[in-house]
Amino acid sequence: MKRRRRKVDWRAVGAFTVLTAPVVIGLGVFKYVAIAWSFLLSFNDARGTISLGHWIGFDNYAFLLGDSAFRDSLLVIALFTVFIVPVTFVASLALAVLVNAIRRGRAFFRTVFLIPGAVSYVVAALVWKMALFNGLPSGVANVIGGLFGADPVPWLSETSPPVYWVAVVTLRLWLQVGLYMILFLAGLQAISPSLYEAGELDGTTKWQAFRYITLPQLRNTSVAVLLLILIAAFQAFDEFYNLFGTGLSGTATAPVKPPLVYLYDSALGDQNYGVGSAGAFVLTLIIVVITLLQGKFVGFGKKD
Amino acid sequence: MAVLTPEAPPAPVRPAGPGRRNWGRAPKYVLAGVLVLVFLTPFYIMVRNALMTRPQVSSPDWSWLPDPLSWVNFHDLFADPSVPMGHALLNSLVIAVITAPVGTMFGSMAGYALARIDVPGRRAVFTYVLVTLMIPQSVTFVPTFVVVGAMGGVNTTWGIIAPNLFSAFTVILFRNFYLRFPAEIEEAGRLDGLGYLGVYRRLVLPNSGSMIASLGALMFIESWNSFLWPLVIGQDPSSWTAQIALSTFLTAQTINLPALFAGALVTIAPLVAMFLVAQRFIVRGIAASGLKE
Repeated sequence: MKRRRRKVDWRAVGAFTVLTAPVVIGLGVFKYVAIAWSFLLSFNDARGTISLGHWIGFDNYAFLLGDSAFRDSLLVIALFTVFIVPVTFVASLALAVLVNAIRRGRAFFRTVFLIPGAVSYVVAALVWKMALFNGLPSGVANVIGGLFGADPVPWLSETSPPVYWVAVVTLRLWLQVGLYMILFLAGLQAISPSLYEAGELDGTTKWQAFRYITLPQLRNTSVAVLLLILIAAFQAFDEFYNLFGTGLSGTATAPVKPPLVYLYDSALGDQNYGVGSAGAFVLTLIIVVITLLQGKFVGFGKKD
Repeated sequence: MAVLTPEAPPAPVRPAGPGRRNWGRAPKYVLAGVLVLVFLTPFYIMVRNALMTRPQVSSPDWSWLPDPLSWVNFHDLFADPSVPMGHALLNSLVIAVITAPVGTMFGSMAGYALARIDVPGRRAVFTYVLVTLMIPQSVTFVPTFVVVGAMGGVNTTWGIIAPNLFSAFTVILFRNFYLRFPAEIEEAGRLDGLGYLGVYRRLVLPNSGSMIASLGALMFIESWNSFLWPLVIGQDPSSWTAQIALSTFLTAQTINLPALFAGALVTIAPLVAMFLVAQRFIVRGIAASGLKE
């Protein structure tokens, strides 16, 4: 990547400018300007307005950290992450190994597992809330439970034990597992068959081959998938909003409100753009810290 | 930055490797078959409920099939004046049909320039794009609302579309794609007297079809399914997308449940169809974008 000094080719500069201009201007307006403006707004009393002018220092941040609803939202997302990340990771890896091991009709199975990825969270939430986990005796989960003699469970309103997590986690799992399976499949198919042949000569068992050949070879894919699942978990909004509803300005009855739903309520519901902006920055900070920490533990980017 | 280096697209399906024989085939297929049933159940439920009558769908007894088939739900779906489903579907279509090609085009243009046109300041522009990738996408909805709101974009179609046309992710993927692009094609074009833009438009673009198809398909899906941003910016029913209309329908006080499921079916139908037709490109796109982040 060493570059020599050379004469500026103005035709090249012109072409470069024309080709990059839309993206440079677009990102400038909708990211850089937006974030800078919002950052300033977070130090303003911006209730019902998005214009600057009433400086209040760190009051919005203080309000946020003092609001138990905000702290609860952080707890909600932490719990959700703890459930969703390992489950999604293991399930998608297992699915990829299974599909990869299938010879006949592999394309069919891959398609079936992938197709939920075309469904939106809104539609999935609808099916989960109104049919699978609606709590009626004729709800699918209760019908299946009934086969084993279980009583109907009010899935989405029962908080002790918090069985609503079953609905939340299975929904996302159904939607996403096929997408991550594709990544693992690509990784699996990039592993050289000669490694397994060598393993066979040494008499490895199936499990040993998986543990000592497959897993290490999938290391980069695994780190990428883990990161993607984690980022996606932090951005949870659609399914919580649609499963549990969100009353505007504090009339919510939702048992679970992750941070983005909280932010939506304060920015769009209460029209308090100052608190909404402050929340966006607190969340950004948390996400950056967690990403860095994960990098430290999982070794993100360490491979080279 | 190393993680942003592209891997080759997934290899075509390769015959199963060695060591897979001694399992016996049956358990694998039984397991996969059971999983197929599990994965397809929500689709079956959608179709079943969309064709049931209202009493049937809320009956405490389980039934496998609607009896009789109640096609009137599809009529009800579009007849409810409080939820303008037809208009919302049209909005979604317009938004996705503009976002996907234009967004992909912008990504291809910038990606090509960043990969192949060596000018002073190129690194700076690349970093400028890359930085926006590191900002968590959805926490920016408040800042973006603030700016789009100030520009008068609330309740407008362009307000929903505009911020999504500029994707750092797409730019980076295209850049990686063009870094591997054979240089001979461009040299030949230049010998024939084409300028930089001519080479891009006449030679590079026509040879980027598969990448454009795969990212275009992904952008279409993302746009069609997006919920948070259209919810934030389109508060008036006239600017609702299909997802917003469904969600409003879902959280409304009185619900015509079978019509709601009919709405779900209508909303996912175009994407499922597209998935089945363009699967090759979509899988490529997922694999490409996933390995990059």
